[in-house]
Amino acid sequence: MNTMGKEKIEKNFLDVSDLAVQFYVPKRGGFFRQERAELKAVDGVSFSMSRGETLGLVGESGCGKSTTGRAVLQLLRPSRGCVIFDEEPIHEFWKKKGQKWIWDQRLRDLRRRMQMIFQDPFASLNPRMTVESILAEPLRNFDVTQGVERREKIQQLLMTVGMDPRCMRRYPHEFSGGQRQRIGIARALALGPEFIVADEPISALDVSIQAQIMNLLSELRDNLGLTLLFIAHDLAAIRHVSDRIAVMYLGRIVELASAQTIVDRPQHPYTQALLSAVPVPDPRQERLRQRTVLSGEMPSPINPPAGCPFHTRCPLCEERCRSELPVMRTIETGHQVACHVVN
Amino acid sequence: MENRSENVFEVCDLRTYFRTDDGLVKAVDGVSFTVKRGETLGIVGESGSGKSVTCLSAMRLVPKPPAFHPTGAVYFGDTNLLSLTEPEIQKLRGERLAMIFQDPLTSLNPYLTVARQLTEVLEVHQDARPAAARRTSIEMLERVGIPDAASRIDQHPHQFSGGMRQRVMIAMALLCGPELLFADEPTTALDVTIQAQILELIKNLQKAIGTAVVLVTHDLGVVAGLTDRVAVMYAGRIVEEGTTAEVFANPQHPYTRGLLESMPRIDTPIQKSLYAIPGLPPDLGNLPAGCPFHPRCAFATIQCQNIYPETKVISSTHQATCWEIEGTK
Repeated sequence: MNTMGKEKIEKNFLDVSDLAVQFYVPKRGGFFRQERAELKAVDGVSFSMSRGETLGLVGESGCGKSTTGRAVLQLLRPSRGCVIFDEEPIHEFWKKKGQKWIWDQRLRDLRRRMQMIFQDPFASLNPRMTVESILAEPLRNFDVTQGVERREKIQQLLMTVGMDPRCMRRYPHEFSGGQRQRIGIARALALGPEFIVADEPISALDVSIQAQIMNLLSELRDNLGLTLLFIAHDLAAIRHVSDRIAVMYLGRIVELASAQTIVDRPQHPYTQALLSAVPVPDPRQERLRQRTVLSGEMPSPINPPAGCPFHTRCPLCEERCRSELPVMRTIETGHQVACHVVN
Repeated sequence: MENRSENVFEVCDLRTYFRTDDGLVKAVDGVSFTVKRGETLGIVGESGSGKSVTCLSAMRLVPKPPAFHPTGAVYFGDTNLLSLTEPEIQKLRGERLAMIFQDPLTSLNPYLTVARQLTEVLEVHQDARPAAARRTSIEMLERVGIPDAASRIDQHPHQFSGGMRQRVMIAMALLCGPELLFADEPTTALDVTIQAQILELIKNLQKAIGTAVVLVTHDLGVVAGLTDRVAVMYAGRIVEEGTTAEVFANPQHPYTRGLLESMPRIDTPIQKSLYAIPGLPPDLGNLPAGCPFHPRCAFATIQCQNIYPETKVISSTHQATCWEIEGTK
């Protein structure tokens, strides 16, 4: 099912460099004149992933993590930057139709190899389609299997995600959130992808179900050799499934390191604050903990501050942080930070 | 039973049932707990466990019908809130009883300025003159950490960010210095760094005003940091209750233990696979016989499948409802 054979160790499976996505939003106040303001949702994000790796992308709402996920998959056309997927520059696989940019055939074909799991299992499944037709859709689109064979394939998919194959005649509303998320995962797996972007796959679920879905995702990744970009706001959850973690703030990656390093030796003041804000289910520890509570909120991406995007809330802010944008630099092997102050 | 005067709030065998097309839904099914003056009680549970409905019932905010209370009393001081008339409860609500909701955007009126919504509370409950009400409201907004409160008070809710809106809600709830505050998932819709700010704020204000707080949440981390005692709910009942220190250090009910173990933590070594409670949360319209947790419980016996368990006393301040645990009596 997977193309594990042509593994290349030295080449990155996915290379994202200087990725940027801009949206145009109506300006505040301009009710009659539709003036548009530029919103830089993602601004110069670079990272790479090797085959079989899981990269966690964390950040708070509005930091651009979901947009990054979508732009990597070319569900959104990046306004700048390159995305090289298995040596193919997929950011170029677009063509213009009238005023609009649409996918060209090469990108369409690549959908078999890269898929997405969505956050809200209530919104991402069509309520008028049975589970069978939901799962048949990708198979039909790519003309994979027919008739009885297709039905068998669907049953097999449902079993892969731990569901009873007999439920394929039922509709999404008949399932709980966790089961729906399993259906969403089955749909993403239908075409045997190599790369999956999971956008907050557990945040809409109950606590006791979150662990089930996380374990399912890790198992599938290991069994199917998937490369996984895992987007979440929950550092505590993401660190158990990720090999490396990238922390985003206001459209940029501010720190990137192994999951262990991010938690044990975070360098960027934002990462440190984020970690210290995560509550620990232990009353004794919670009482003793010295918390760095950040003041203020994330600035608007329509009008981002000059210099370091974090300087307005940063406890270590210096003069040059206000004017000069820090670039990502390597402070130890495999550990990158974008901050002027840390060494 | 403790002296009632020590308790601000006492819920006795509260049941809230809903008549629905699919039959009777027992959202809250025999819940009892007390809250002492100035204390913080956490109610933890997953969606559908009845934690929010418990609070809404106590505040008399559950529409009847379809809901009804077959049994139960909710004592606030010496008054049974369930037997009050609508005007009587309205007098208490907002003044001596207050509530913060999960989603501040849907619980603030989008058409009215923050000033209008805050001053109304004071004008209704304390007959405050408009100018005085406005002054008090601005002071309160400053206390909850809204910068430039004097001018922001004239803005509408949509002009505030999520965290700021939650601060407005808290300001509104605390305006009259209530004796009891229900906080229903007050930080669930917020980002972690903002959550930390809001929790800190609730903690400090509570200390200053001396309000008792009932904090409803699904997040055991939030409970650990903020509460004195905790009640764990499952399928409309409290399955374990005790001081926060005891429940976290020595959880007894298999559900509580499962919840604690399945929470991904920041302070433990990385786990390849997380412990997960098997199965699905129960369907309240169609609960299994016996202990409602038995289909998901690793320790379930025949007894658990048939008879609802007894509450076992673990210490004078800790009890759990399960057949398979050892109580002290």
